[in-house]
Amino acid sequence: MSILLFSESQQGKLKKGYAELCSYGFALAQQQNTTLTIVTINCENVDQLTHYGASKLINLTANVDYFEAHVYASALAEIAMVEQAKIIVISSSADAKYMGGVLAGKLKAGYVTNVVELPSASEPLTVKQAVFSNKAFANTVLEGKVNIIGLANNVHEETTQSTSTDVHQQDIHTDIKCTQSSVDQSQGKATIADADVVVSGGRGLKGPENWGLIEDLADVLGAATACSKPVSDMGWRPHSEHVGQTGKPVATNLYIAVGISGAIQHLAGVNASKVKVVINSDPEAPFFKAADYGIVGDAFEVLPKLIEKLKART
Amino acid sequence: MKILVCISCVPDTTSKINFKNNNTVFDEQGVQFVINPNDEFGLTRAIWFKEKIGATVDVLHVGEASADPTLRKALAIGADKAIRIDTPATDAFVVSDQISNYIQANPYDLIIAGRESIDYNGSMVPGMIAAKCDLAFVNTCVKLEINGSTASATREMDGGMEVLSVELPLIIGSQKGLVEETDLRIPNMRGIMQARQKPLAVVPATESSSKTAISSFEKPAPKAAVKLIPADDIDQLIDLLQNEAKVL
Repeated sequence: MSILLFSESQQGKLKKGYAELCSYGFALAQQQNTTLTIVTINCENVDQLTHYGASKLINLTANVDYFEAHVYASALAEIAMVEQAKIIVISSSADAKYMGGVLAGKLKAGYVTNVVELPSASEPLTVKQAVFSNKAFANTVLEGKVNIIGLANNVHEETTQSTSTDVHQQDIHTDIKCTQSSVDQSQGKATIADADVVVSGGRGLKGPENWGLIEDLADVLGAATACSKPVSDMGWRPHSEHVGQTGKPVATNLYIAVGISGAIQHLAGVNASKVKVVINSDPEAPFFKAADYGIVGDAFEVLPKLIEKLKART
Repeated sequence: MKILVCISCVPDTTSKINFKNNNTVFDEQGVQFVINPNDEFGLTRAIWFKEKIGATVDVLHVGEASADPTLRKALAIGADKAIRIDTPATDAFVVSDQISNYIQANPYDLIIAGRESIDYNGSMVPGMIAAKCDLAFVNTCVKLEINGSTASATREMDGGMEVLSVELPLIIGSQKGLVEETDLRIPNMRGIMQARQKPLAVVPATESSSKTAISSFEKPAPKAAVKLIPADDIDQLIDLLQNEAKVL
């Protein structure tokens, strides 16, 4: 009756965010008065997972070298049954959300995504989840025999433990449904999903030729770049950078919006970010109402100064 | 090729989100319901297949009669037939059960469902259908080409893209990119007239019980007012981010 937690890896290395997820898993196990078992698939640096209080770690070697949702979901479903897991914890990454529904379907589990806290009650198991693009929260009761919690990004403190973790190795062979024919992934660059800082540009930048300013600011901060919906619709930037209600959600520590007025759909997508800085020449821009810090000014004057000062700092 | 597009009806993106009955029920008053944008991108791609390579396009909704105007809109922009499974959409498990049971009795080559609905943001239904019907599944699909019984589907990952090769039948989680915003269709008068003649079948629900239940809603705490910093005092901004917000 343990807590099972899936920690993702990419090209053999643990994905960023594992410390937060594992810390949540351990706190949940303590709250539920049970133990934590961590599962990884094709992970080479499992040692790093032994500091979070898990009593057991199962490292699976899969018959595919890329993330295959069906293979991963089947393997986790099998382990969940063997371990008699009553709660399974996964992240909110694109891969986790891809696999989560399949896993829930296989296990006939209760499943809640975008969970922002530890359960507020155990009987019945009740969690708080972000809904309506972070414009509200729902307190949701999980009624399955097995339940899956999809933890939102950037909502739990990282804590380490000194207890020891047993590491087990196992192989899995499952039917492959999707064959990867090619992959194009940015190497070493921050992504909107896992960056600590996101720098985002809107129509106020006047054209794609001015994006060097956004990229330079992102570079000096180690940030990912993003954009508003009109900017992606006009083809200035790729769709994958569009943040907002119909684009990607952003739950970062620092979100810097340059030349974005702050339409309600954009705000919905960035609400979950902790600190928001808005730079806009229009003092009436609605984004200022949702921001923590604001500069009313011309992006073409403010950004070069900001980049220069930040560079001088490092 | 037979295509099924699963449609969720959601408050349009400008809606004010309020709750009633002691914060237990979403307040629909004054809210305009639309086809979930992620479903609409998928529907538009389905209609493209119909026009370019030949296909029939059915749309399916799990819910009550209040969704019928939205289904008529789907017919007006080119779907051939609408099906509504007549039961409240209590949670993703029930919705995916209903759709799965329908698909098992009425097989399709391609099933499309939005990668998430913009109201409850669950992102659960397409994967659950894939598991229950043992279908190949590609989520966050931004490009889809079909050649005979094989599909090439591009998936958006965190920080990249991958191209997957899969055999039909297939279910995809659709989103923007599958078609462009400018490809979305507005029903014209001819489409609206034709939609009146197209079938909208109301079918009874199959046995299923939910696995989750929302007990109450709450709204985020109100935000403190913005701190404005003069445009010529960048040092102050950096200082605040470093020492007050502690994010640098």
